[in-house]
Amino acid sequence: MKKGIYSLIIKEFLAVWQDKKSRIILILPPLIQLFIFAFAATLDVKNISIGILNLDSGKQSFELCQRFQWSPYFPHVRYLRGVEEIKDVIDNQKVIMVLFINEEFSRKLLAYKKADVEMIFDGRKSNSAQIVQGYAMQVIQNYNDELGQIMHFPVPSSINIQRSWFNPNLIYLWFNVPGLVAILTMFSTIIITALSVARERELGTFEQLLVSPLKPIDILIGKSIPGIIIGMIEGSIILIAAITAFQIPFTGSLLLLYFSMLIFVCSIVGVGICLSAICKTQQQALLAVFVFMSNAVILSGFGTPIDNMPQWLQNVTLANPLRYMLVIVRSIFLKDMPIHLALMQIYPMIIIAIFNLAISTVVFRRRLE
Amino acid sequence: MFEKYTVKIRKIKALTIKEFFQIIRDSSSILIAVIFPIMLIFIYAYGVSLDFKHLKVGLVVQDDNPDAQSFVLSLRDSEFFNVDIRRDKKELIDKLTCGDIHGIITLPFYFTRFKTAWANNIPLSNPECVNLAPLYVVADGSDPNTAHFVLNYVQGAWANYLLQQAISNKDRGFFHVNVQQRFWFNEEINSRYFLLPGSIAIIMTLIGTLLTSLVISREWERGTFEALMATPVTMREIYISKFIAYFIMGMGSMVLCVILSVFVFGVPFKGSILALFIISALFLLTALGTGLLISSAARNQFLSSQIAIIVGFLPAFMLSGFIFEISSMPETIQWISELIPARYMVTSMQTLFLAGNVWKLLIINAAFLSTMILVLFLIIFMKTKKRLD
Repeated sequence: MKKGIYSLIIKEFLAVWQDKKSRIILILPPLIQLFIFAFAATLDVKNISIGILNLDSGKQSFELCQRFQWSPYFPHVRYLRGVEEIKDVIDNQKVIMVLFINEEFSRKLLAYKKADVEMIFDGRKSNSAQIVQGYAMQVIQNYNDELGQIMHFPVPSSINIQRSWFNPNLIYLWFNVPGLVAILTMFSTIIITALSVARERELGTFEQLLVSPLKPIDILIGKSIPGIIIGMIEGSIILIAAITAFQIPFTGSLLLLYFSMLIFVCSIVGVGICLSAICKTQQQALLAVFVFMSNAVILSGFGTPIDNMPQWLQNVTLANPLRYMLVIVRSIFLKDMPIHLALMQIYPMIIIAIFNLAISTVVFRRRLE
Repeated sequence: MFEKYTVKIRKIKALTIKEFFQIIRDSSSILIAVIFPIMLIFIYAYGVSLDFKHLKVGLVVQDDNPDAQSFVLSLRDSEFFNVDIRRDKKELIDKLTCGDIHGIITLPFYFTRFKTAWANNIPLSNPECVNLAPLYVVADGSDPNTAHFVLNYVQGAWANYLLQQAISNKDRGFFHVNVQQRFWFNEEINSRYFLLPGSIAIIMTLIGTLLTSLVISREWERGTFEALMATPVTMREIYISKFIAYFIMGMGSMVLCVILSVFVFGVPFKGSILALFIISALFLLTALGTGLLISSAARNQFLSSQIAIIVGFLPAFMLSGFIFEISSMPETIQWISELIPARYMVTSMQTLFLAGNVWKLLIINAAFLSTMILVLFLIIFMKTKKRLD
């Protein structure tokens, strides 16, 4: 019996490798996705263009403008000539923020009064606008602090001591690429398993498998193991690319990462087998994978944080194995996650894996009858 | 002459009706055309949010004085934070490693001393109170975007607190540069307002590119295209009828998405409906053109759907500025994004929904889309000869 499973596994590998379509799917999309996702999927805010409208002629406002001009955060500063220009540059997205300094600015400061400046942001890009707002506030607060000293009127400092642990320069790639290790592993695992049964059914070879001396459970095992192995190999390739090509620091335990990856892949294989048993053709299986992947990725915290979702949806994400894997892979990469904390994330994945594999056995058997 | 023309129209009409039957009777078409758009719009509305409220942060208070407590209270009552107050930093560091909290704020023991020193105008030369605020903030840098928000919010909360203290102490003119902020087009800073209009571009790409290429390459695969060719209709008539059918479907899903966004999710719509239809029609034509090209090149469902996802869906998602800012990408990728029709659609939609009719921007985007349509259709026109090869 064991020999039967073994040869079935070998056969699966050959089938995947000899089929040109599967070969393309295994190699091309993950590579394209790795590079495009890594560089394009960024919430970084760089190359910011801002506009400044300064109606004040005093030294103080000039000083403030210079600070914006020379700040490394704002490489493109555009000086506007009149109030009417504000609408034009914001509406047409030439700048993301306009700093508006009115006529009374330096007069008020010299009189030791509060001087107002106005910042106008493009709300169509609210995330970037808020990050730009943070940068701009830093410039203003620095200016406030020094203003107090220059004018011999110390004000309490508004600059607090800020550090970012694990990724001091807040490089977005360090966040993105470890997540891709999990996502692309998931992608190849699910596509291999989801297509395997559907392909046999489309080609009519599934009946041949059924008349062979293998039991349904043997067929199931024979179909799952190649998915697990290929998923692990694909994951390793991306892991190597992340460490070598992208130079992401790897601080944690490799063994722990592989252990979690194995459990993660098992839970995905369960989903793949289910989809495969339900779909009749490879095309349907592919669409099903597409639907599953787009939901699983959105509900995982890969692009936008889970904490921002409404509570009921946060509860839904608890059933998503990718959610746990993302925490593990990111923390092992950057935070040297200790084993007792990793286990807190691994045990829900074990439950999901057992559940998925059990369900897939039931669905698969029912399909065979 | 005139009669010949009406015959042609009748043929196209009959073919279009055939297309509709084909769509309705196929479960995977219904899935892509109806279920997908609804599912995606719901998932984008609820699942994708960049509104950082109630950020989970840890707070370590080393100072028991009422002054420190009042700042703690102001953090706790803020809608931006969800504060977990501990005495010991150790537990919080574990939580930070797990990603349960996004940052740790420490109020050091010299918090009160710093404040009194300032109130009595004593120069702060004391080494432990360097000339920085008595607040120590650590953000979890492994999630850079959230880290930015943690750092900015704490900075903002502290500046606010200082201001309030100054006002309540009737300070001798606490003079400073005060910033008034306005977010045009989106005063409440709700990310749903710009995500939902952008997602319409993605949903239309699905119908225009994925569905079209799948259905046409299926006809090639099953040999029904050859059957059509044997009839007196020309290849162009076949393509035109397919175009009309999928165009109507695509516009239908656009209207559905707009209605859902405006009436269910409360996104304001400030632009003109006419401009909405013109821009979407132009965009849909580019998507359909891409779909037709893919299917006529691949003639195989499996390959078509793969290419459609890689050429159509992924760029529309990643390179259109829908979530990810194009100006932050590396320059080569920015050039590539210029070739992605969805980029022009996403900006136009966001503008039409939130800003209204900014004609200059809309016309430029429409011009780009029209150029793409011209190029695509020139290629299709040259390719659509009746051939079997």
